[in-house]
Amino acid sequence: MHINWFTVIAQALNFILLVWLMKRFLYTPILDAIDQREQKIKAELSEANAQKADAQKEKDAFQQKNKDFDQQKKALMDMAVDQVQTERRTLLEAARQEAEGLQVKQQKLMKEAQHNLQNDIAGKARQAVFSITKKALANLASVGLEDQTVAVFTERLHHLSPVEKQPFIDAFQSDKKPIEVQSAFELTVKQQAAIKTAVTNLLGLEPDFVFKTNADLISGIDLQSNGFKLAWSVSDYLTALEKSSSSPNGTTKSKEKGETIQHAVN
Amino acid sequence: MNFSSDQVIFWQYSFVTINLTLVTTWGIMLFMVVGSALITRNLKTGLHISRWQCALELIVTGINTQIEEVGLSKPSTYIGFIGTLFLFIAIANTGIIFPGYQPPTGSLSTTVALSLCVFLAVPFFGVKKTGVLGYLKTYLEPTFIMLPFNIISDITRTLALAVRLFGNIMSGGMIVGILLSISPLVFPVLMNLLGLLTGLVQAYIFSILATVYIVAVVSKPDKQVQSVENQ
Repeated sequence: MHINWFTVIAQALNFILLVWLMKRFLYTPILDAIDQREQKIKAELSEANAQKADAQKEKDAFQQKNKDFDQQKKALMDMAVDQVQTERRTLLEAARQEAEGLQVKQQKLMKEAQHNLQNDIAGKARQAVFSITKKALANLASVGLEDQTVAVFTERLHHLSPVEKQPFIDAFQSDKKPIEVQSAFELTVKQQAAIKTAVTNLLGLEPDFVFKTNADLISGIDLQSNGFKLAWSVSDYLTALEKSSSSPNGTTKSKEKGETIQHAVN
Repeated sequence: MNFSSDQVIFWQYSFVTINLTLVTTWGIMLFMVVGSALITRNLKTGLHISRWQCALELIVTGINTQIEEVGLSKPSTYIGFIGTLFLFIAIANTGIIFPGYQPPTGSLSTTVALSLCVFLAVPFFGVKKTGVLGYLKTYLEPTFIMLPFNIISDITRTLALAVRLFGNIMSGGMIVGILLSISPLVFPVLMNLLGLLTGLVQAYIFSILATVYIVAVVSKPDKQVQSVENQ
């Protein structure tokens, strides 16, 4: 057990050389490689973190968009529902008004139809009364209805009160046009002469006459001068009769029994 | 029976002697340098590396971690010296698995040389880190009275390093030799296994002690430097 100092020195030098060589060929390359790998991993990690952050950001943005979209969808749905409700109310209101209009129209048509039916029945009744009366008068008294009508009309003219006469006279004197005489039947010359005489007596002078036939009068006569009319007909008689029969107590007034004096000032 | 490989002389001229210790050392050096150069020739920095590179990285990072755990904050500065010390002794000691192999660490000349290297490395790193005055101040700590004791400590620990390694390895080889002459069958193999363990432990102890000695002169000024930097 001795020390060889040459070996000691040689071994020390060997060791120092080995340190240098190992540093050159082992430690430095290995540590550099490890450092580079760490840097690479660090870079990849930071990149991954950045990508993760980006992904998170995009996820947040997407979620926000989804949220906004949902809100927008809800708002649009609410608006659509409101519009539908409003439209529904409007349509219902329009339909209701239309239905009411149709109802009113239907009621009006029904009233018109009822009125027409009543008129028709009244007309037929008048015709029937007229024909029955005519036949009865012809058979029993050998007197024509037309003659009796003219006689009743002239009789009425004679017995007009001064209050009733005066408007007719005033109307004639304000405009001396020919007096228009309408009848349901063709007046004979004798009947025309009777009417002329009665009117001349009424006015105090002899006016011109125009004789016309109107089937609607139904065995009646009316006399018009400058918008003033004196009339008597079975129709008026029947109307008065109808009114008297439909009144609760069934009483009749003398003026309503077939004689009317109509003032129709234009 | 030769107790030391120094006694196996191949060539001698005056003071210069080429003995088995030197030859074995050169062989080990050649193996270490060529092996490292071959493996680190094609290093990869990606995630997929070769097995050899992986093994070397494990060894290097392991040494680095050990140095750091002992207390040196920048292990890359010291790994050249401490790592080579560990690897050289470990390889030299584990070579006993080859028949007829005599480890160079069983030579007192080699262990003295390595201890002297440590003895010189301590002031080298101390001066490098703290300057000459800073290093010399460590001899006056904790008080100037400790100066002679610190000097004696430096010398004795160097001696202790040399003798510890030499004694362990030499004794291991001697025991195996004696046992071979007594019971040449299975028992020497078991002792060789024990010798492997002892060799690795001694390599670890030697390098760790060297690290501790370096830390002793480097760590304290480290704290001072850090406090100055913080201010």
